[in-house]
Amino acid sequence: MSELKKLINDPLKVADELVEGLIDAYNGDCISVGQRSLALKNIPEGKVALLVGGGSGHEPIYHGLVGKNLADGAACGDIFAAPPPGIVFEATEAVDQGKGVLYLYGNYAGDVMNFDIGAELAEDEDIDVRTVLICDDVASAPPTEKQNRRGVAGLVPIVKLVGAASQTANSLEELETAAKKACLMTRSIGVSMSPGSIPATGKPTFDIDPDKIGLGMGIHGEPGVGEIPMTTTDELVPQMLDYLFKDFEADEDVDALGEGDEIILFVNSLGATTMMECLIALRKAKQILSERGIKVYDVIVGPLVTCQEMTGISFSFTKLDDELKTYWNLSCQSVCYTKLEGHQGA
Amino acid sequence: MPKTQLTPTETKNMMLQVADAIIEAEPILTDADRALGDGDHGVGMERGMNAIKEKLGASEYTSVGKVFMDVGMAMMSSMGGASGAVFGTLFRAGGKSIKDSESLTAKDLAELITSGTQSVMDRGGAKPGDKTMIDALDPAATAAQEAADQPLNEAITAVAAAGEAGRDASKAMIATMGRAKTLGEKSIGHPDAGAVSIAIILNTMKNFINN
Repeated sequence: MSELKKLINDPLKVADELVEGLIDAYNGDCISVGQRSLALKNIPEGKVALLVGGGSGHEPIYHGLVGKNLADGAACGDIFAAPPPGIVFEATEAVDQGKGVLYLYGNYAGDVMNFDIGAELAEDEDIDVRTVLICDDVASAPPTEKQNRRGVAGLVPIVKLVGAASQTANSLEELETAAKKACLMTRSIGVSMSPGSIPATGKPTFDIDPDKIGLGMGIHGEPGVGEIPMTTTDELVPQMLDYLFKDFEADEDVDALGEGDEIILFVNSLGATTMMECLIALRKAKQILSERGIKVYDVIVGPLVTCQEMTGISFSFTKLDDELKTYWNLSCQSVCYTKLEGHQGA
Repeated sequence: MPKTQLTPTETKNMMLQVADAIIEAEPILTDADRALGDGDHGVGMERGMNAIKEKLGASEYTSVGKVFMDVGMAMMSSMGGASGAVFGTLFRAGGKSIKDSESLTAKDLAELITSGTQSVMDRGGAKPGDKTMIDALDPAATAAQEAADQPLNEAITAVAAAGEAGRDASKAMIATMGRAKTLGEKSIGHPDAGAVSIAIILNTMKNFINN
């Protein structure tokens, strides 16, 4: 494989420099906080705050989801590494408006430990913190152990919903309840065809046979749970969606997806898979959903949850009820995701 | 000459030597982690070691426990990731348990490793057999307790050997924690990257104390 042409400066300063650039991209809407965090400039006083975060290198998430009617702040780690507790604490202090802070992030051991230590530091300063973990990757554990699942692309619709809920939540408990519902109703499945690389070493994050597809691949490039032969979009998409349908069916905590149900459909590229490929996959997914009588309430498509130049796609479904629909309908704006007022896919 | 105990300054110099050894081993750690995780362990450890060199290099010590606490704090605040949290906790909590000690004896070594290991298990929920750094630390703690009445140089030799054996034993285990757990049986055959780091740390300590 030819050497990657990576346009960077000092490989060890990649995370710091990309966060600087992100704040420039917000062009005044966000401020830099502490060592490597960012926060919305004008968080309303008395608002229950929403903090997201995680490793860098997956842009435009997580930190790109700070925005109007989205997250109030983000604690940014180094490339593919959870933010240290000090950074989590600085971000917590910056977004807290006296009503407490909800931590909402993907379920990874490193993130959980560092955010937990950060929460302990915040509690020492009398800031209330609650945590809801995003565990949407159906390939990473069975429905009976879904609290052990990894957090993957589903975080985009989840943060959108919870960000909207946080605008009107009266208490931290109320926001926590809304966040748990958004997480429970969101499921994802991903595949990868080739790895991303670690900017500091230039090495690929994993190896995969050129003729194979890794099924259930994580966004950090964790090897998948199974390999299948390389195939076409129309062969692959039904297999992927089947995992999601079966998961809703098998999980006793939710109803199966059936005729008349409404979902948010998110087709994500892991980085190098092109918009062209995502759109072809979206077309097939929409056909399958139509055949089942499932209505697509809105669509998100594009490279939002990425792992450098990794190739692959993921599908996420968020099943809506009236409450979640109300949250979805609110417009929002950020570097990662913007939804216009009144817009609603169908 | 083998040392039967260490002064705070010697302890600091030992940990500076550990930092250099880990930095040198970065490619080994990266490859070990690539086999099971996402390959960021080596780079993360290198960042932590540079933070240790900066912190320890600028400090004078009268307590050996404080040396380890600073090692932990430097790692926790610079590394992030699971490694930053667990290695930071290991040295911070371990160092705190001997913070009043003015010299490092075999008894302090046993207390350091035992308290640190327990705190890591409390923080991350890993148990022996989960294919984590605990699989090198737990046998090292047992060896340290058994050697607590011996001279430090003899104790660390037994501890380093136990850590290496624990690292090697982790090869046969199935990962149940962290990012490697989704690999299931495919994780067999590779040692845990954190256990590899622990073995290097203990071996470097052994070499420092025995030379």
